[in-house]
Amino acid sequence: MTTAVSSEPSVELRGFRRVQRLAYECAEAVAARLEPGVTEHEAARMQREWLRERGVRDWFHLPFAWFGDRTAFVDFRIPLQFFPTDRALEPGMPFILDMAPVHEGYTADIGYSGSLGVNPVQDRLMADLEAHRELILREARERRPLREIYEDVDRLMVRQGYANRHRAYPFGVIAHKVDRVKQRRFSPHLFGFGTQSLKGLAADALHGHREGWSPLWSPYRFSDHPPQPGLWAVEPHLGFRGTGAKFEEILVVTDSRDPEQGAFWLDDDLPHVRRWAEEK
Amino acid sequence: MTLKGARERRVATGGVELCVAELGDPEQPTVVLVHGYPDSKEVWSEVAGRLADRFHVVLYDVRGHGRSTAPQPLRGGFTLPKLTDDFLAVVDAVSPDRPVHLVGHDWGSVQSWEFVTVGRTEGRIASFTSISGPSLDHFGHWINARVKRPTPRRVGQLLGQGAKSWYVYLLHTPALPELAWHGPLGRRWPKILERVEQVPGGSYPTASLSSDAAHGAWLYRDNVRPRLTRPRPDAYAHAPVQLITPQGDAFLSERLYDDLEQWVPQLTRRTLPARHWVPRTRPDQIASWIEEFIVSVDGGRPEQKATGRHADRFGGQLVLVTGAGSGIGRATAFAFAEAGARVVAVDRDAEAAVRTAELSRLIGAPEAWAETADVSDEQAMEKLAEKVHRTYGVLDVLVNNAGVGLSGSFFATTTDDWHKVLDVNLWGVIHGCRLFGARMSERAQGGHIVNIASAAAYQPSRALPAYSTSKAAVLMLSECLRAELAGQGIGVSAICPGFVNTNITSTTRFAGVDEAEERRRQKTTSRLYGMRNYPPEKVAEAVLDAVARDRAVVPVTPEARGAHLMSRFLPGVLRRLARVEPRL
Repeated sequence: MTTAVSSEPSVELRGFRRVQRLAYECAEAVAARLEPGVTEHEAARMQREWLRERGVRDWFHLPFAWFGDRTAFVDFRIPLQFFPTDRALEPGMPFILDMAPVHEGYTADIGYSGSLGVNPVQDRLMADLEAHRELILREARERRPLREIYEDVDRLMVRQGYANRHRAYPFGVIAHKVDRVKQRRFSPHLFGFGTQSLKGLAADALHGHREGWSPLWSPYRFSDHPPQPGLWAVEPHLGFRGTGAKFEEILVVTDSRDPEQGAFWLDDDLPHVRRWAEEK
Repeated sequence: MTLKGARERRVATGGVELCVAELGDPEQPTVVLVHGYPDSKEVWSEVAGRLADRFHVVLYDVRGHGRSTAPQPLRGGFTLPKLTDDFLAVVDAVSPDRPVHLVGHDWGSVQSWEFVTVGRTEGRIASFTSISGPSLDHFGHWINARVKRPTPRRVGQLLGQGAKSWYVYLLHTPALPELAWHGPLGRRWPKILERVEQVPGGSYPTASLSSDAAHGAWLYRDNVRPRLTRPRPDAYAHAPVQLITPQGDAFLSERLYDDLEQWVPQLTRRTLPARHWVPRTRPDQIASWIEEFIVSVDGGRPEQKATGRHADRFGGQLVLVTGAGSGIGRATAFAFAEAGARVVAVDRDAEAAVRTAELSRLIGAPEAWAETADVSDEQAMEKLAEKVHRTYGVLDVLVNNAGVGLSGSFFATTTDDWHKVLDVNLWGVIHGCRLFGARMSERAQGGHIVNIASAAAYQPSRALPAYSTSKAAVLMLSECLRAELAGQGIGVSAICPGFVNTNITSTTRFAGVDEAEERRRQKTTSRLYGMRNYPPEKVAEAVLDAVARDRAVVPVTPEARGAHLMSRFLPGVLRRLARVEPRL
């Protein structure tokens, strides 16, 4: 896979870009249908059905939906709390949709933040996420160790006045690797994660363990190495007093010596990026 | 006469003549202030003066009080329906076309509850602010509920309020109260108020006190028994209500208002650390809450933004936090903002202070400002205090939080190091308390000072001699100041957080080592504090709790609490622990 990206970028990347766009389209379509009273369960089901109708059969992970203070992962202790609940949407409430569909063997993992009506706090968080997207790209191009980039993102969040909420993710990751997934007729999932993708991640972990890198981008020592070529689903997540916001999208890292080619965002035509451009 | 510039007129109603006074522009919204027992309209003079700039303020002497005439005979002349007639007569005279905003204190509030819950005043009242006076009907239902289903807690509430109502029973005895009021009690009352309630002396109470109090006894005799035994089942408020509860009220328990939501569809709660006579002792706060409430009602009642804990206590108050650009200071500013306080965020780092102020406004602070100052710089602090007092007003809460870390053995600590750490950690607090505390005390309307000390204040350590010394001094300063200000209703709290995940570790000086080693140690301690991961938000919560409950010394993290216990009961163990050199 590592070599595949560098030797045959266009076809591969186009596949990933297609599914990432599909996922964001899904998020926008579902977000437009959200109204007071809709529960997280229902929102997750709406994402699942929308994507199934468009040919998605397997998942890196099943769609999540978080409403209200769950967007900031308030009091999240065990991973089961990530799963959708019966929390119902109210006017002004922030929400986050997070889904990772596999389509034609390509994986996407996206996060979409919004609110039902006006929510100035979440607007502010979203605006402040732009600096993180820039910071991550810049430091990835400088080949800084993942752990260091993680710490810089963390510091920026603290300076902005926010709490880092990706610390609540399993292993405290800010990003993880994604890969192509073999299409199987039968694709079961385990605790919300597709078994095929988990297998891929496990293989990467094993592989990486031998070579001294990790498919998880975390604050721990195992992430103390420059970004490994491949596709990384990056998800900085800000939390502020019961309101959370994040984006999640794929960062492409190659072994090219040219910094511009060494790391770049898979797609710059995404809802949050367009929004920042419009605000300028 | 203490109502300066008031226009007086007489309104005739039901066989009595009421003395009505007006202040301010009659074009503005009308506020009617109703006094309690044993008072006359002059109890409101301080509040009325503050409201007169923005409102048409109307006060009247309740029948039989002040310069209004008394009904003949007295018995049966003070029933709630008759008082309602009086109110409607006054309102028809002063504001015939527009509904009025009603404010009642003590018995003024009791009768206003009647006004706001009977049908014939519907459309005449725009809002009601109730201070220290429950509805007799609600009170009756409150008692019934507790008598019918007596759990231990509810029996306790019943007995508690029963004890506080001692004077109500006394007032039911015939003739005796009148004799007392015309005799020694009437003469001594002003002194009693001054001593027990800290009501400032001067032109209040007025000379009519004895006859006011004697007549007013009939308020109780005509109404209390019938209403408490047979409360009206339909006593629902037809206007938005703001309930202001003084926490130190000797006559009314806070629990009385537990079930109030069922009677009032739109209820705003406020609490105040004060005794019963708040129109005299806390006029600034009362006037500002009345104004805020009226503006919100008249403006179509925008959604209440402040939803945080203690919003009833800190809403609209002015809070200043030093070191508000990060860590505990920033979290504290946010917590006050969420409670609806107006926040002044002070930091050396201008950009960080601005950020704190901006975000504070987003989460509920009606106003927030950023100020730049180094707390160790006396002149800068003087300038800051002057600007704050001139532009924003006298503080209700001061949080002296700014501090720096310094680690290293005593002999590695240079005099320069000592100066730096004492200048910020101790002198910063001294400047804050001196400059802002003085104005608080001058205003004589209460307030609170919070000093952020540290668990290091009572936990000796060979690694932190200078830091611990500065914090121990802050702790002692706080306790001394607390004693000094206790008589003025100003509380002082020392907060001792413990290991909290803030950036104090990344800026801590390490004495006696070179720069590279210092950076390494900063990184290591930061990482250790990060692993401990005790969030500054929890310290902020402790700060708000400490102010709300007026606590003296508050250790926050479990380590800090453990060490605090040990410093009292096993100081020897702490001294042993102090010898251990931490490996960094």
